[in-house]
Amino acid sequence: MRLKSLELYTEHPEYEFAVSGHRACQGCAEMLALRLALKVFGQDTIIAMATGCMEIISTPLPTTSWRLPWIHVAFENTAAVASGIESALKILTEKKKIPRKDVHVVAIAGDGGTSDIGLQALSGAMERGHKFTYICVDNEAYMNTGIQRSSSTPYGAMTTTSPPGKRSIGQSTQKKNMPKIAAAHNIPYVATACPSYPFDLLAKVKKARMTNGPSYLHVLSVCPTGWRIPSDLAIRYGRLAVRTGVFPLYEVENGKYKITYSPEPLMPVTEYLKGQGRFRHLTDDIIAKIQERVSTDWEDLKFQCGVK
Amino acid sequence: MAKPMDQYKWHELNVGCVIEEVGNAMEYKTGDWRSQKPVWNDAKCIKCGLCWLFCPDAAIYQKDDGLYAANLDYCKGCGICAKECKPGAITMVEEER
Repeated sequence: MRLKSLELYTEHPEYEFAVSGHRACQGCAEMLALRLALKVFGQDTIIAMATGCMEIISTPLPTTSWRLPWIHVAFENTAAVASGIESALKILTEKKKIPRKDVHVVAIAGDGGTSDIGLQALSGAMERGHKFTYICVDNEAYMNTGIQRSSSTPYGAMTTTSPPGKRSIGQSTQKKNMPKIAAAHNIPYVATACPSYPFDLLAKVKKARMTNGPSYLHVLSVCPTGWRIPSDLAIRYGRLAVRTGVFPLYEVENGKYKITYSPEPLMPVTEYLKGQGRFRHLTDDIIAKIQERVSTDWEDLKFQCGVK
Repeated sequence: MAKPMDQYKWHELNVGCVIEEVGNAMEYKTGDWRSQKPVWNDAKCIKCGLCWLFCPDAAIYQKDDGLYAANLDYCKGCGICAKECKPGAITMVEEER
């Protein structure tokens, strides 16, 4: 029964492109998201991956967990290298040096390598209109180096560089809205996804694969280690993030917004915040601020989608 | 067959550190990381496959009779399968060491 429904999205429901033996933490939802996404991309894929959790846990020399061509790029140039691979494939095909084949280029980077240092390369690649998919796996901090804040860290979160205390509430800035930045480049496909909703993720990856131009996927990756939650709750917290409206699931196809999973009525944000060690210092007034921001953003998103 | 990193001489590595064996991370058995392992109650299992779908390590497989089990060579004991199992057919059991 499970295989039947996966066949809608992939010709390889059983085949693992990300094999066991990788060094991810127990319960790493980021690895789960990539494991599922690669089933849709298939064998004719080249991956360019930035330095980060995913890169180091999957390819500590001399082993690799990937069953696909894969290149490790510098922290800031995932999109640049992906652009180069895509252009090279085009030219080699035109010059008849390689047979014409539909090979898809996928650029994968974390939230640090996308919204911080990788933003410039990403913006350039999207502007030039290369046919590739950029996946930002967002675990909301620089987790690989021991949980430092990034611009994707949510308001009030504890990290080692945004520690809460007498003079600080944790992260003092709001989470950078990367899907909005991608949509502002007018690329054909932008979507947010979460592995807690696997079929939604697979459908969006499939759409990204078929896009004739740049596509951007922002995947919320629950990190039990960095968020200080038990390792078995990774999927549950992804669900809570969506159902409280903290991370809405939507897509933007050629500028048209659409919510793909409507969690109305929204659960209160405290359901998501409680139980996470990185939020346990929050006082009621900070939580109220977070709730207000989440509600406002959700209403704005609904307005943008044309939903009352 | 990959050797531990400290046993490689500089000239044995490929140019650009290219790894020629696909998926050779399977040589590293992450199974000894765990302190608890999932155990299936075959009577309750409805063969929905959610445990297989949600395992970050791809360590769950379907047996010939359609029921599921964990590959103990790689299972890290995170407990996601037990948490997501709808009929509650999986329990996490302490590893005896």
